[in-house]
Amino acid sequence: MPGSSARPASEVNGSDAAGRLVRPFTLIGGRTRPSRADFTLLTLVTAVEPQPDGGKRPQPEHARILRLCARPVVVAELAAHLDLPVSVVVIMLCDLLEAGRITAQAPRQISRTTDMGLLQKVRDGLGRL
Amino acid sequence: MAGSDPTVNGTPAPDTVKILIAGGFGVGKTTMVGSVSEIVPLRTEEPLTAAGLGIDDLDGIEEKKATTVALDFGRITLSQELVLYLFGTPGQQRFWFMWNDLAIGALGAVVLIDVRRPESSFAAIDFFERRDIPFVVGVNGFHGEHPYGPDEIRESLALPEHTPVLLCDARSRESCRDVLIALIDRLMAAAAQDGGNAHTA
Ligand SMILES: Nc1nc2c(ncn2[C@@H]2O[C@H](COP(=O)(O)OP(=O)(O)OP(=O)(O)O)[C@@H](O)[C@H]2O)c(=O)[nH]1
Ligand SMILES: [Mg+2]
Repeated sequence: MPGSSARPASEVNGSDAAGRLVRPFTLIGGRTRPSRADFTLLTLVTAVEPQPDGGKRPQPEHARILRLCARPVVVAELAAHLDLPVSVVVIMLCDLLEAGRITAQAPRQISRTTDMGLLQKVRDGLGRL
Repeated sequence: MAGSDPTVNGTPAPDTVKILIAGGFGVGKTTMVGSVSEIVPLRTEEPLTAAGLGIDDLDGIEEKKATTVALDFGRITLSQELVLYLFGTPGQQRFWFMWNDLAIGALGAVVLIDVRRPESSFAAIDFFERRDIPFVVGVNGFHGEHPYGPDEIRESLALPEHTPVLLCDARSRESCRDVLIALIDRLMAAAAQDGGNAHTA
């Protein structure tokens, strides 16, 4: 890496990064195809309760996801907890969705709003921090 | 209408709002997200195709097909029905192709500036100005030192008069909260100018 940087070398060109590249690829069975489902960083994911009977037992990483989304959690947070790239998590979420083990829900995202009531709610919430 | 609301196991999903924390390399974005987030600073990584990499950055790793880039992620539950997500954008310029995706649906942005080298955040300011995304500037005084006042900084960055500039400390929860509130105030001022919104939710 040229010059000096505060960033740990492993994050850029170390074995850590290389290791990560191999592992997720194995996890998703060699598939690199992006998901059909429309998962965004803020899509809300929830494990179905109770889990459907029969079918294959979930793989360990799938089981981990199911534990993490026992309560609703967004994709970005799942990926962070799993320490896996979002794109990899999304492919696993597709499998789980297909298997009927999770529900996925588009975020009710409010953007670029001029709704004073909402902005006031955001402001009040921040004020309580 | 209530029946058509999306629900998860019977609980209505909260509304979500998103704010970006941007700025140049090493200006304190991760620190800021960590200071206000209710969950420990989380980092989520994206595989990076060679297309997104500047050739210069690949010194010594030319044969690598991809690398990972970290994205800071934070959450603030504002109320039972409203959650704010913070995304710290990757600082290194070669990761900026990700910013477009992140910017979609954001309420606005905080551009952090390291007071000792403001030029490292010029490109971030440019990014939001070009896209007409509202932002405020947070001047991170490393070591708590603020040699310049907000007006001096606004002038030196050639920012429009209405762009709020706040002196802050990325390590302080209160300080970062105040920067976020300044952004909301900015949005409210703009909304009021547009004639506002007659109904309150
Ligand atoms: N003294 C001091 N150190 C700070 C302050 N803010 C951040 N730092 C430190 O500066 C370094 C960089 O801060 P980060 O929060 O990682 O910066 P960043 O903008 O996320 O950096 P990149 O994501 O790599 O672009 C870290 O070691 C922080 O602990 C500050 O206000 N004062
Ligand atoms: Mg960072």
